[in-house]
Amino acid sequence: MSDKHMETGEGHIGYPGYIGVFTILVVGTIFTYFSSFWDLDSIFPGANTLLALAIAFTKMTFVMLFFMHVYWSPRLIWLSAVASFFWLAIMFAYTMQDYFTRGLGVFSV
Amino acid sequence: MQNVDAINSGIPAIPKDNYLTNGFSLKSWLLTKDHKRIAIMYLITISMFFMAGGLYASAIRLELLTPETDLLTSATYNKVFTQHGILMIFFFLIPSIPAVLGNFLLPIMIGAKDLALPRINLLSLYIYWIGGALTVFALLQGGVDTGWTFYTPYSTTFSNSYVMAVGLGIFINGFSSILTGLNFIVTVHTMRAPGMTWFRLPLFVWAQYATSLVMILGTPVIAITVLLLAIERTVGVGIFDPAIGGDPILFQHLFWFYSHPAVYIMILPGMGVISELISNFSRKKIFGYEFIAFSSIAIAVFGFLVWGHHMFVSGQSIYAGMVFSFLTMVVAVPSAIKMFNWTATLYKGSISYDTPMLYAIGFMGLFLIGGLTGLFLGAIGLTVHLTDTYFVVAHFHYVMVGGQVIAYLGGIHYWWPKMTGRMYSEFWGKISAMLVFIGFNLTFFPQFIVGYQGMPRRYASYPAEFQVLNIFSTAGASVLGVGLVMPVIYLGASLINGKPAGDNPWMLPGLEWRTSSPPPTENFEKTPVVTWEAYEFGEESGLDLDGARRRDQVSTVV
Repeated sequence: MSDKHMETGEGHIGYPGYIGVFTILVVGTIFTYFSSFWDLDSIFPGANTLLALAIAFTKMTFVMLFFMHVYWSPRLIWLSAVASFFWLAIMFAYTMQDYFTRGLGVFSV
Repeated sequence: MQNVDAINSGIPAIPKDNYLTNGFSLKSWLLTKDHKRIAIMYLITISMFFMAGGLYASAIRLELLTPETDLLTSATYNKVFTQHGILMIFFFLIPSIPAVLGNFLLPIMIGAKDLALPRINLLSLYIYWIGGALTVFALLQGGVDTGWTFYTPYSTTFSNSYVMAVGLGIFINGFSSILTGLNFIVTVHTMRAPGMTWFRLPLFVWAQYATSLVMILGTPVIAITVLLLAIERTVGVGIFDPAIGGDPILFQHLFWFYSHPAVYIMILPGMGVISELISNFSRKKIFGYEFIAFSSIAIAVFGFLVWGHHMFVSGQSIYAGMVFSFLTMVVAVPSAIKMFNWTATLYKGSISYDTPMLYAIGFMGLFLIGGLTGLFLGAIGLTVHLTDTYFVVAHFHYVMVGGQVIAYLGGIHYWWPKMTGRMYSEFWGKISAMLVFIGFNLTFFPQFIVGYQGMPRRYASYPAEFQVLNIFSTAGASVLGVGLVMPVIYLGASLINGKPAGDNPWMLPGLEWRTSSPPPTENFEKTPVVTWEAYEFGEESGLDLDGARRRDQVSTVV
């Protein structure tokens, strides 16, 4: 994205593009709803949750890239966006290290 | 040379138009976009919350004067300590330095006319007012008794108090923090004056920048957590309550993921103030500028990795506990870097013991004790004995009051002449600073002892053998109270009969001292060009400070 676009505030992908992204979000939501009825946990525990999170992550990526204009933004904005994921990963990872190691070692039952 | 008055320091400045005289109507204040006026409105509101929180603290200390439950019932006591915590943490400690001193000074210190997003700044104030009003309303209706931590499942299932309303107040208030943090980051990136490079920024600005990162990253998590709590409480979705499939420890993970970094939201700006005070009142370039600057960023980052040390005895995995314990020791390193650098700055400095410096020296001693006792609590074995005792209460008050509040008071005294154009009574300032220091230690040091001996926190009654130390605490609290009320009186009096401060009463090279006191609405008559390094006391700073000091001494004698 050129600076000119940033200055003029043009819709980067235009209304058809925005409607396309919105459609993807709606389809993703419907897909999340129906997939919750599938017994994916029989494949491996947590598979249902994993699929739901994958859909949510995809939807969020579209929102960030196009609705929030990150796709056309300077590198500093990209860095901020990536850093926020890194930070989110910290929250999940350090919380999960608790859940995954409960009952292990001296406290195993 | 930016301002002639800076050279003529000590001599009353010629009255000029300033931000205080730029409109006197209520509308001119309520619809202002001037960061300085917004800061003043924050100052007034935050001071009121501080006094309200202080009244609750008084009730706690009076109840604990005797071992029996006599002044308050146990149920009322639960509400009193909860409301003390909520008001002090969410409505005083977190916003105070950023919203008051940061708002007022950050743009001036970087040579900007205002914050980058002035309307957002005003919006953050209104959000703070709305969140505060809702919380106060809920407290007056009957309050909340969960402790400021809102631990589940008590808060979601059993408590009959106003959990939802207070939670909503805190939820709303969080957006004020986020907007302030966002504003500061954008301002520092985009509004610096020509020549104001990153490594010429005052360390107060670095600290505000680091704090803003924590505000933006952490505050949404507490907002979401409170929202989840509300959903469980109203709709009954099993998130935290094990009886309906939830996990109460998940609440603690989410809560502390914000609330531990929130400790750094409170203390980091205080450290920024102390860096200013130590260097400027030692009249010496700060030792290890880059280390102090980056240690603020390191604290902000590592602060997000240690939240589990609040949960050592909660049922958290022992392995997670070990990791969090180790990381807790790591986060002590950047704090120690600051302490060592401040000490090295003092070495061979030309120290003047003005009121702000008394607060700064008090901070160093008290924060040292607060920090070192934090290591006791971060040690995974010892903490089992100390958890939920008065040792914890003493520790965090040494950090929060001994650190943040002392730094805030130091900062207010330091920049008061700039904010108001008036000098306060140095005599009463020093008396007050010493009363705060003595009263604080008398209040909280005995709590380390009773805590170590096993007195649990959050109970209205206690075994009789702890009474003597509790009497010390209550007596100390009354001294502390007097010390804290005094600035309201003599600072208020200075507005009426205070000596005009001049533009640079402390004779310092910082950018904020190169504009008039009080500053004009646009901060500078013309955009300053920075050609000197931070904390430069030599001729390179462009100010003949030694000459100004000599002239000031002569004029004082005359």
